[in-house]
Amino acid sequence: MAELGIDEVRKVARLARLELSAEELADLVGELSALLDHVDAIRQIDLSGVPPTAHALPLVNVLREDVPRSCLDRDEVLAAAPETEEGRFVVPSILGDEP
Amino acid sequence: MSWIERGAAAIAAAVRAGEVTARAVVEESLARIAETEEQLHCFHTTLPDEARRDADAIDEAVRAGREVGSLAGVPVALKDNLCTRGVETTCSSRILEGWKPPYDATVVARLRAAGAVVVGKTNLDEFAMGSSTENSAFGPTRNPWDLDRVPGGSSGGSAAAVAAGIVPLAYGSDTGGSIRQPASFCGVVGLKPTYGLVSRYGLIAFASSLDQIGPFACTVADATLGLEAVAGEDPMDSTSLGGRAPSLRLELGGGVEGLRVGLLGDFVNDVSPSCARAANEAADALARAGAKVDELSIPEARLGLPAYYVIAPAEASSNLARYDGVRYGLRVEGPDVESMNARTRAAGFGKEVRRRIMIGTYALSAGYYDAYYGQAQRVRTLMTRAFEAAYEHFDVLLSPTTPSEAFPIGAKVANPIEMYLSDLCTVSSNLTGHPAVSVPYALGDEGLPVGVQVMAPALHEARMLKVAAALEAAAPAGARAPVAVGGRASPIA
Repeated sequence: MAELGIDEVRKVARLARLELSAEELADLVGELSALLDHVDAIRQIDLSGVPPTAHALPLVNVLREDVPRSCLDRDEVLAAAPETEEGRFVVPSILGDEP
Repeated sequence: MSWIERGAAAIAAAVRAGEVTARAVVEESLARIAETEEQLHCFHTTLPDEARRDADAIDEAVRAGREVGSLAGVPVALKDNLCTRGVETTCSSRILEGWKPPYDATVVARLRAAGAVVVGKTNLDEFAMGSSTENSAFGPTRNPWDLDRVPGGSSGGSAAAVAAGIVPLAYGSDTGGSIRQPASFCGVVGLKPTYGLVSRYGLIAFASSLDQIGPFACTVADATLGLEAVAGEDPMDSTSLGGRAPSLRLELGGGVEGLRVGLLGDFVNDVSPSCARAANEAADALARAGAKVDELSIPEARLGLPAYYVIAPAEASSNLARYDGVRYGLRVEGPDVESMNARTRAAGFGKEVRRRIMIGTYALSAGYYDAYYGQAQRVRTLMTRAFEAAYEHFDVLLSPTTPSEAFPIGAKVANPIEMYLSDLCTVSSNLTGHPAVSVPYALGDEGLPVGVQVMAPALHEARMLKVAAALEAAAPAGARAPVAVGGRASPIA
């Protein structure tokens, strides 16, 4: 059985930027532990010396000429945002009140 | 017989020849939507006005003698994770509800250029995470064969729309089986191309190293036509393969004499009796048609599911970081940026998406990265080597597509791991990047369609589809769509 406690689940939720209820966090302790058990088979095999595959294609550094080209229309893109001002996205205050 | 039932190739030929108007075909499709939508819920958005306008433009081009494309007048449905300019694209998620993309996915642009007419955006599991289309924020889609059963997922709306004779061609995405599994459940052909063959620009990302777009159709020939229309290099997707996309239709009638077919015993032994029987009977049919059929075992294939359920959530947790309440979609206010982000994401993502983001974030977090993600990537290498070794002895591999027939709505909702097992036979092709197709082959013990899967080495779609066409020709009548809504065959015994 994988060991995953409530403190660890709470930490992962913070990393994932998910503000979850106490009830859901408690449920996730069991659910994530069960999932980790399910994938445990891949931790049990010795794969030292086997290189990882990040990607099915042997592609590296796909390059193109650095030439100007048209891009998405700014106003059309901003129209989808929850809040904008003077052609920019608006977010809540990033810096605290303290100096 | 309706034009939709005659299929995409027949429609395009008739529209080009002036034997039928695109408008008349599109009206058939729109009428079928109106008849079925309340029962099936295949669509999030339907586009009757746009579809009529596009169809009229094609008819005008035909009358003027201008060149129209390979899909002239063919009504198509698009999974609602494919971006459509100015048309709501939700991914079945509250977090994207109301979002209208400022651009078309490359696949959408190519379909329009080929003369296809988009009639609607189809239901899916939220962000393509699921195997039943029940994880949709906007309600499930029902299986046209039996309204109490799931259509499979995540591309369940597209599969059901083809199965119910609403459109002859639809598109979905396949990250671990999300085209092939619903195709099998709905009695249609579902094709996952080689990774990189179809541009993913404008496909809302789930797991980027696995996602591919592909077609659904009632016949192998129409699925082939549907793949050709969208395949090929795209500068907007740096993972798209260079060079010309292969012409596939030429090879369909080629026959299978002398082809070496490997029946993948590892999967046959792990599925329901009717799914195993379909795969065995398909192997026998290919042998009768002159193929050299042998059973083989690839023990590494069993590692596919655990490797997939590390890699896919890990990549999803990273891809879905972009939904932060800033640039598009939902925002739930908070006193500072972090709480605004965290409240938005908790409110906007459904339970399964939250669960996968959590497991993926854990698998990528400090101290666990190598034990889970790194190890899963090494398993991926092992599996790719094993399949490539098998392809030294076999031209194609054959297996069941799914472990069971379509299951009842609600049967697996409470148990995510049991739901994940639906992907048993399909994840290998995503991990290796190889192409695979599900072909309807039989009716199972529960009277529902059962597909078989043909797999091939990278970029050998032509060979794979030739085998698929041979299986289609050998399949018993009644095993494939289109089907009347609720038209399930009577259970056997």
